[in-house]
Amino acid sequence: MSEAMRGRRRSPRDLVGGTAAESWSLRFDDRELPAQSGQSIAAVLWSAGILAWRTTRETAAPRGAFCGIGSCYDCLVTVNGRPNQRACLVPARPGDHVTTQEGTGHDDLAV
Amino acid sequence: MTTSPSDLAVVGAGPAGLAAAVAAAGLGLSVILLDAGERPGGQYYRHPAPGLGATRPEALHHGWSAFASREAALRAHVSAGRITYLPHHHVWTVTPDSGESPGWTLHAVAGPDEDPATVRARAVLLATGAYERQLPFPGWTLPGVVGAGGAQAMLKGGLVLPGSRVVVAGSGPLLLAVAGSLAAAGARVPAVVEAAAYTGYAAHAPALLRNPGKLVEGATYGGALVRHGVRLLTRHAVTEAHGTDRVEAVTVARLDRDWRPVPGTARRIPCDAVAVGHGLVPQLELATGLGCATRPSPDATVALEVDAGQRTSVPGVWSAGETGGIGGAQLALVEGEIAAHSVAGRPVPARLARTRTRLRAFAAAMAGAHRPGPGWTGWLREDTDVCRCEEVPAGRIREAVEDLGARDARTVKLLTRAGMGWCQGRMCGPAVAALAGTDPAPDRRPLSCPVPLRHLAALPAEPPAALSPELP
Repeated sequence: MSEAMRGRRRSPRDLVGGTAAESWSLRFDDRELPAQSGQSIAAVLWSAGILAWRTTRETAAPRGAFCGIGSCYDCLVTVNGRPNQRACLVPARPGDHVTTQEGTGHDDLAV
Repeated sequence: MTTSPSDLAVVGAGPAGLAAAVAAAGLGLSVILLDAGERPGGQYYRHPAPGLGATRPEALHHGWSAFASREAALRAHVSAGRITYLPHHHVWTVTPDSGESPGWTLHAVAGPDEDPATVRARAVLLATGAYERQLPFPGWTLPGVVGAGGAQAMLKGGLVLPGSRVVVAGSGPLLLAVAGSLAAAGARVPAVVEAAAYTGYAAHAPALLRNPGKLVEGATYGGALVRHGVRLLTRHAVTEAHGTDRVEAVTVARLDRDWRPVPGTARRIPCDAVAVGHGLVPQLELATGLGCATRPSPDATVALEVDAGQRTSVPGVWSAGETGGIGGAQLALVEGEIAAHSVAGRPVPARLARTRTRLRAFAAAMAGAHRPGPGWTGWLREDTDVCRCEEVPAGRIREAVEDLGARDARTVKLLTRAGMGWCQGRMCGPAVAALAGTDPAPDRRPLSCPVPLRHLAALPAEPPAALSPELP
């Protein structure tokens, strides 16, 4: 039986029930992503299917959330111009502008 | 500091710390509970923020009532002024107080603005938990490859999945729980790929038979997997993740007894995410900074040495839960309560002592069964990044060991920068130690999280013990 025939698959929301107190849009680079109150920035990006929001210093490889608990620092992101924020820990807030972080996020300090 | 010290400061509001704080307050102690997270529960009882409006958070948990009752007790003790609960406080070091009132000062960074915060207490209980052990493989830095615990944390806390078709791989009982919850939340899980053989448990039959609850728990997870059509491949490993911008498939191979991939057994499984983890590593930096003695665990991690009252080797410092060796939430709850009695100078109830002995025996059996075999390094390629932060490939680490004579992870770090990046070796530490041919050494990180320099500058001129430059 195909996915379509069975209808929509279950979601995490179906499992825990309820609805978010508030929904809004989070600005990520040039996109607007649906966000719910109580989600971390990483959770907002994952729910939009975005798994990478940083490039590494040495090889500019894409990276996103890995450990999910603030230990690995792979999910660093620039939030409202402030680089190196751990997206898995920082709650998304209305009005935030999240931007892909390149390297250390401190290119402005390069000489 | 002008405030008078509390009787007890508990670091960590996971199962161990939460149980300890609530029990200690119930025994009449004044308690400060500090936690890096926004809500109590730690990683195990991580749950959505109230704003997400989940009406059945327990659907993502095993043993939720044990948490719910203690959370209610926490709230009651906080209202009654018996517990000061400080969420969003990451303790970065603990220093002994000098002078006439012996005790401890805990230094924390607090809130999104990383404000400095210090608290004082006559006794300290470290319940700092654990993080996931990772063994690298080619492609493990691709987006879509995430920690198994990480996928679980993002699901429990943010109600999100990394993909719609998720292979769960690595070793340890957490994999079954992760696969079960990912499937229950709507992901397809083509396979759970477990490097160990469950027959490893057979050698420990007495410990298993004394823990019917744990067997039922295992059977529950097993039943959930069967219901969701998840295949369990034991003695197999993901030896490569494929894709360019994100993972598109994995190669899975059979392992020999030493975890060496068996030639000719590789096959490809399409997927859009991989949740991977090889057990947990006790998080010890605050304890080792204070000089607490450690011991090797059967799973090849390092844990704290504690006595029957959960005392560490440093007088005035207690520890409970995963810091004393990985053993799960139920054991952590029991050890937290034992520590509370011990700090309060009360005898440890026999029931708690018996339960701990039984669960510790089970934990040891489990740890031994999932200890990584030496052959896992056989799936690394020379260009496989081992250190994710500094992007140090296996070839450079092998060069440091074979050509430059490095004999331990610390020397490898100095020669290659592996372990010198943001995560301070938390992700690559066990792998680098294995490549250096040694067992992992106890954590030696003078700061347990990034600290603004202004906080360090504000410390007293006398350097605290944890910051003194006596390293091996």
